[in-house]
Amino acid sequence: MSKVWNHGEQEKARRLAAAAAAGLGKVVDAGRIGDLLAAVLASGDRICVEGNNQKHADFLSQALAKLDPAAVNNLHVVQSNLALSSHLDLFERGIAKRLDFCFSGDQGVRMARLVKEGRIELGAIHTYLELYSRYFVDLTPRVSFIAAQSADSEGNLYTGPNTEDTPAIVEATAFKNGILIAQVNELVDKVPRVDVPADWVSFVVKAPKPHHIEPIFTRDPANITEIQILMAMMVIKGIYGPYEIARLNHGIGFDTAAIELILPTYGESLGLKGKICRYMSVNPCPTLIPAIEAGWVEAIHCAGSELGMEGYTAARPDVFFNGPDGTMRSNRVFCQLAGHYSDLFIGSTLQVDLEGNSSTATATRLTGFGGAPNFGSESRGRRHVSPGWLKAGRESARPGQATVPRGRKLVVQMVETFREKMQPTFVDKLDAWALMETFNLELPPVMIYGDDITHVVTEEGIAHLHKCATLEEREQAIRNVAGYTEVGLARDRKAGEKLRQRGIVQRPEDIGVDPRIATRDLLSARSIKDLVRISGGLYDPPKRFRNW
Amino acid sequence: MEHLSFEFGPFPSRPRPAAPVIVGVVGSGNMEALCEPASLGGKMRVEVHTSARGFAATWEAVLGDFAARVKVPDVVVTINDAGATPAVVGLRLAQAAAELEAP
Repeated sequence: MSKVWNHGEQEKARRLAAAAAAGLGKVVDAGRIGDLLAAVLASGDRICVEGNNQKHADFLSQALAKLDPAAVNNLHVVQSNLALSSHLDLFERGIAKRLDFCFSGDQGVRMARLVKEGRIELGAIHTYLELYSRYFVDLTPRVSFIAAQSADSEGNLYTGPNTEDTPAIVEATAFKNGILIAQVNELVDKVPRVDVPADWVSFVVKAPKPHHIEPIFTRDPANITEIQILMAMMVIKGIYGPYEIARLNHGIGFDTAAIELILPTYGESLGLKGKICRYMSVNPCPTLIPAIEAGWVEAIHCAGSELGMEGYTAARPDVFFNGPDGTMRSNRVFCQLAGHYSDLFIGSTLQVDLEGNSSTATATRLTGFGGAPNFGSESRGRRHVSPGWLKAGRESARPGQATVPRGRKLVVQMVETFREKMQPTFVDKLDAWALMETFNLELPPVMIYGDDITHVVTEEGIAHLHKCATLEEREQAIRNVAGYTEVGLARDRKAGEKLRQRGIVQRPEDIGVDPRIATRDLLSARSIKDLVRISGGLYDPPKRFRNW
Repeated sequence: MEHLSFEFGPFPSRPRPAAPVIVGVVGSGNMEALCEPASLGGKMRVEVHTSARGFAATWEAVLGDFAARVKVPDVVVTINDAGATPAVVGLRLAQAAAELEAP
């Protein structure tokens, strides 16, 4: 007997036939979603319910959570983001069992409980690129549930500016005989552009309500503090300038928003326009508008979009990656890759230990990572050079190590020494260790490893960790910018002075940053309303950010 | 309200600004620092009025570093604190130091 080589094909055909037998065509009425799921799902299936940073297939997720666990169970969920309560209802109700994911955010506390209760069998917490890669290795979804803006009657999909993770999910599912179900906001005669071709799509459902999108990249300039402005000045003058950082990735948060907002003022006064921040891998953060309008930023590729920025991005096609229809297309995988191979990543974190390891894990929540681990790691596959990459590489060279010269990516953590409620950012031991114990993980979930970090910036100064020859030096460099936390108070002052003389620790005055101008006057926009005005009315902020 | 008082120095005499220096504002999470010339035999005195109780050790560490850095003799620094974080305290003191050192 000859071996069968098309089990997947046969299984897909069987399920599509079951749907057809139930009277379901390619475009399925929302009222019959239960029948569709019953026809195409089987216990033990590996599924992906498109849950991105921002866009969520929420209607399909809710429908899945209503399934009868006696009929469908033991599903294996492989998706980047678990942000909706319905994502976890699947586990709570015994429909799904195993989970491989990246980020859970607001659902972190409930997820921790479900893992403890044994309702979730945790595979691994991944970084984004890691999980998407595994879609093409050993975690290929059998059925994927995605979200798009519109579909035509044949099933061609338009994802709109929030394309995000859709291409990765679609490619892995459609090309391994998986079943692809899309919820769309509208059915149209002709889609504005084809983001997913119809023959990859199995079913389309018009959801009763538009899919959920979270505006997670909007930071109101009104909330930016003088400390953040001081740190932003240090980053621009002490790092972006000397390392000539033309290509970079900004994390999300008020710290990096402050940098963006003082480029047209402070950056301009330093004569850095045209030299730094020319190419960015980042979402269309509204706080980038003043720098874009002032001609700082030449091009931005986005992982996702941001609510309210659709009109602005469409009107700036030289800057953003827009389709032939005129609207932006984002792509998280490509943006993560672009950022990985750029010259610098800068972001914030909740905790930094004495080796410089950083983590956002707290002992009671399972939240995962987000984009930082891939953006914020040394790109050892890089070969092209740039001034900052070469400079950091030279500064990292050590006697007794390999003699072949190489470059180095700059990875910067920008943190205040204390977080809200006087929680110290600098700690002897990361909470990630407690999390490892609690959930029987093999490793503590570190977000960015200390040996990948080149700089820690606090209100106290800059620590150039990559210049430290030993772990002891690195520890003292960290303690000497840790201010009045316990870690900071335990610093060796003499060692600190030596590190300062060697330029490993720099105070604001050492790099000519004048604290007297660290005021909100330095912000090129001080409110959301300013951003709207500077955009020429193209930015249309969501209601929650309008206070006028 | 807690009232704390610290003295540092004496420091070698040097030309000092004739006019008082004031930085910051009193507002939630913020503070003001007023630096006034006074005859203290070369010492620096710092009077802290703070809304947050129980941070004397932190104030002493922050102000000790400030005094060691600026070494300004014969000055009274009055701090009115409305719950500023150590970062904000540091920024205000750095701003005061820059003003005191300004030619």
